[in-house]
Amino acid sequence: MARTLAEKILLAHSDVDDLSPGDIVMVRCDVVMTNDISGPMAFRAMEKMGAKTVFDPAKVVVVPDHFVPAKDTRSAELQKLLREWSKDQGVAYYEQGRGGIEHTVLVEEGWVVPGSVIAGGDSHTCTYGALGAFGTGLGSTDIAACLATGSFWQAVPGTIRVEFTGTKGRFVTGKDLILAVIAEIGVDGGTNMALEFVGDGAETLTVDERLAVANMAVEAGSETGFFPADDTVADYLDGRTDRPWTAERSDPDAEFARDVRIDLDRLPPLVALPHSPGNVVPLDQAAGRPIDQVYIGNCSNGTITDLRQAAEMLRGRRVHDRTRAIIVPASQRVYRQALAEGLLDLFAEAGALVSAPTCGACFGGSGGVLAPGENAVTTTNRNFRGRMGSSEAGVHLANAWVAAAAAVAGEIVDPAEVVGAA
Amino acid sequence: MKLSGRAVVIRQDDVDTDVLFPGQFLNITDVEKMTPHLFEGLDPSLRDQLVGDTALVVGSNFGTGSSREHVPQAMSASGIRFLVGKGFARIFYRNCINLGLPPVVAPEAVDAAQAGSAIELDLDSGIVTVDGRTFPFAPVPSFMQEMFRAGGLIPWVRERRA
Repeated sequence: MARTLAEKILLAHSDVDDLSPGDIVMVRCDVVMTNDISGPMAFRAMEKMGAKTVFDPAKVVVVPDHFVPAKDTRSAELQKLLREWSKDQGVAYYEQGRGGIEHTVLVEEGWVVPGSVIAGGDSHTCTYGALGAFGTGLGSTDIAACLATGSFWQAVPGTIRVEFTGTKGRFVTGKDLILAVIAEIGVDGGTNMALEFVGDGAETLTVDERLAVANMAVEAGSETGFFPADDTVADYLDGRTDRPWTAERSDPDAEFARDVRIDLDRLPPLVALPHSPGNVVPLDQAAGRPIDQVYIGNCSNGTITDLRQAAEMLRGRRVHDRTRAIIVPASQRVYRQALAEGLLDLFAEAGALVSAPTCGACFGGSGGVLAPGENAVTTTNRNFRGRMGSSEAGVHLANAWVAAAAAVAGEIVDPAEVVGAA
Repeated sequence: MKLSGRAVVIRQDDVDTDVLFPGQFLNITDVEKMTPHLFEGLDPSLRDQLVGDTALVVGSNFGTGSSREHVPQAMSASGIRFLVGKGFARIFYRNCINLGLPPVVAPEAVDAAQAGSAIELDLDSGIVTVDGRTFPFAPVPSFMQEMFRAGGLIPWVRERRA
């Protein structure tokens, strides 16, 4: 019987002989991940479930990243709890200075392989689809059940096949591809669906670009989103993990709920205007908006690729007088790579602030929240009202070239104008 | 299983969990300290309407965004007994079910409801009643019915571990 990749992965991780979209099945986790927000509530719920120890310490990973470094005493207490719990349970724990943003860390550290199921206490767990994994974001009680039993309940999703064709333009990145998808299907277009990213335009994307695409599958309401594994993934995983995996894809005659095609030859850089990731316009329609803050970082676009793009704009230039730029490498590895390449000094020279790896201001936590009336360009994944601080602030989502160009110009501008290529 | 409550209505579509419970409060883990921040970024005055057993009536794609369970936890603790919506975002929907807080999809019932409407939910027969008018809703899968009867995922898992 012809099956989608989502069906194949779930079938391999459940006890049923057959399944189809809408069926509710218990799904076994290969990895369970939690952080300083979902973790403490999950640990309490796990105890209430009658479990004193996790189902398998080798499959649990804990990453403090949201209010890191601790912004106040209450956050410090939660991180202390996380640290002690992880030690007691004997599970993997990535301390500040040795980790970073959870999704970046799990990918970098070899926890994620194609075809695996990863349950994470954070909605952007779908990021692991960059490597062909079924990563799915869950709340604290779900995570508690995963910690206690190793399984969660899941309605089998249908699949939307998203085909990227052609070659993307000079200042177009993974961010623009996924914004185009969200614009096409809407912020709830992926409800009860997995997004499967295919096509020649998908195959040429690097892992960092795929991270940006898969990360925002949830912004279309999807259960998850993934790229079938290929040589790019194999090369990335070589020497990074001992976990066994095989490359699988949907059967050619599998039934898809919907086909979406995005032509990269015609795709300009995009901007999601306040206050929805679905409020997408071509860059030229957003140009000229004055910008108070630029924020380059987060689990979608805080990679070394993004930092290199930002550096291309900021090299030999200054952040505009009316603008502040905050750059947040997504992990300690990214931070050190940027350091080795001289990017951090370049950013400092340009008058930008480089922060420690953290979720930080992306969700309004700390380290760069916005005042009423302010406008920001960010490489983050959500621009809901109040997401980054004041509910009277406006967040514009864009790629790192566009964000860094805005830092130089003090307003939204075509990166080509900044580098004089226009 | 039957539930009833007075309607509090949030008509907008795509209401996200950031406005329902802003990120700056996510380091709160005690539910009684969460309730004063429910609806903070949307309309804090909605909290004043939460008197006694409440049915929260919502638009489509309600609860989109973050996985933060603070939202349904604070809802339950504030007297919200069930939700009637045009549609729910996936993680919020899961979280409600896991906490034993039924979310049902019944668009016509949403249109019929006004603030203060008397709403009854019959999960077994699949009927929601708004001020005496009845509306069917999409059948709730038996797995979820079982979860509601158990009182949520915590007792459901505890029973199976015993």
